[in-house]
Amino acid sequence: MTHTLTLDGVHTHIGRYHILHGVDLDAPSGRTTMLLGRNGAGKTTTLRTIMGLWRASRGTIRLGERRLDGERSSEIARGGVAYVPETMAIFSDLSVRENLVLAAREGAMDEARLGWIFGFFPALQKFWLSRAGGLSGGQKQMLSIARALIEPRALLLIDEPTKGLAPAIVDGLIACLKDVKQKGATILMVEQNFRVAREVGDYVAVMDNGRIVYAGEMAALAEDRALQGRLLGLSLDSHQ
Amino acid sequence: MTDIGAALPKPRVDVWPALTPLLVAAIAAPFIGSTSTFVTLTLASLAMGAMLFVMASGLTLAFGMMDVLNFGHGAFIAVGAYAATVVYRYAAPLVGGSLTLDLLVFVAALVFAALVCGALGFVYEKLLVAPVYGRHLEQILITIGGAIVIEQLLLALFGTEPIDLSPPLAFRGSLSFGEIGVEKYRLVALALGLALFVAQLLVLSRTRIGLLIRAGVENREMVEALGYRIDRLFVGVFMAASALAGIGGVLWGVYQNQARAGMGGELLVLVFIVIIIGGLGSVTGCLIGATLVSLIANYAGFLAPKLALVSNILLMVVVLLWRPRGLYPLGAR
Repeated sequence: MTHTLTLDGVHTHIGRYHILHGVDLDAPSGRTTMLLGRNGAGKTTTLRTIMGLWRASRGTIRLGERRLDGERSSEIARGGVAYVPETMAIFSDLSVRENLVLAAREGAMDEARLGWIFGFFPALQKFWLSRAGGLSGGQKQMLSIARALIEPRALLLIDEPTKGLAPAIVDGLIACLKDVKQKGATILMVEQNFRVAREVGDYVAVMDNGRIVYAGEMAALAEDRALQGRLLGLSLDSHQ
Repeated sequence: MTDIGAALPKPRVDVWPALTPLLVAAIAAPFIGSTSTFVTLTLASLAMGAMLFVMASGLTLAFGMMDVLNFGHGAFIAVGAYAATVVYRYAAPLVGGSLTLDLLVFVAALVFAALVCGALGFVYEKLLVAPVYGRHLEQILITIGGAIVIEQLLLALFGTEPIDLSPPLAFRGSLSFGEIGVEKYRLVALALGLALFVAQLLVLSRTRIGLLIRAGVENREMVEALGYRIDRLFVGVFMAASALAGIGGVLWGVYQNQARAGMGGELLVLVFIVIIIGGLGSVTGCLIGATLVSLIANYAGFLAPKLALVSNILLMVVVLLWRPRGLYPLGAR
């Protein structure tokens, strides 16, 4: 079961800094929406605000009919939202298996789903009982994404999953995200790598100074170089 | 994906910190000279270390996970000892009857102390600690204030004189092995400390709660983002830490033959030294730290009594110069 994510006039303050200045955003049900923008535009803050890790000081956040703003992160997560932070935030002192055991809140892990994850990320099976802190950067990213996928979720919030990864690993991530999308999950993803954005994204929203300055179909932005230049200051084709 | 074949670096088994108590004992042995004295001192140190471990292990988890500087931890040690005196008062007719009855009453005292301190820990966390999460200076002030209130309540309830808390008859006296004499109660304390160490390791490695605690020590925010109420986990850990302090208080009180309102405060510096040496949040580090502190204190007390006054501070300085985050530091938050 998936739902459309809707942000309506969301403001976020972090300490005395006003970061989000009224974000209006729709991430349609069962589709992948890419959130683009320069560094400091407010993309990560938007994801963290949806996840309840920062409090929205104004505005509403809805997933389907349910209001998320004002809920605790744990309640939002239990309502079917998974978050893959930019830092990956795997538990390095725990094994790969233990990281996934904690992510599978409903009890025992579904063997079939685990097999599906291993299909994309065989390294996790190979290092199943190894300490997660010893994994490479790419393997940690796989684990971080696997943690979000170990149970079906209505909404996936993914922050720059390909940052710093080798191209071959990025290809695997793209295949995985496409399959997740086909299973019907709603995805909101921050991404700097335009090749990934173009291959995975259905819709795109561009942020600047804590606001959405453009929203539309990914294909339309990818084909319109003038629009790319105006919104992002460079051709997305060179942004790879 | 090409990263499949990337060899995982072999996990580094860091045995050196675990060997430090052996190193200390090996260095001290020639200076002590007599084998029987050395073994007696070492066994006494191990028993003292086990008691310190019980008192400190809860604090290291609470400190490592919740980032709370609880300077009131010592008060729970005293409450535990007083709780044991209550059990002994009501069970007086049963004590001294047989080994079984003595054991039962002792276990009842430990359980009662754990329950009282766990419940008190719940109230203490809700009233004093929860409002000051993330604010260290306020934590120090308010938990010191909490400890003073608890100590004064103990004095008001039980009087200003220390209350007798002698070991049960079955645990009195010594066992002799040739020239080596070991107090029976020290063996009991050592066995109990080791049992609690194994129990904590099993809980932390084999249960979901244990995994959550270990994960929470490393990244509280992500635990919450996975759908777990970190605040409830904090309360649970705090209650367990308080209960362990209470059990440690019973062990220490019986070892000292008395319960006093100020006993916890006197031990608090030692307890903090143990968890800093061990590495915040590490149960294994806590056991090694407690053993080291006890060995150094006993050896120094025997060889150079004046040095014993500063021996633990010197130990902490040496350990932190070698391992600035303690012997077995956990992943940084």
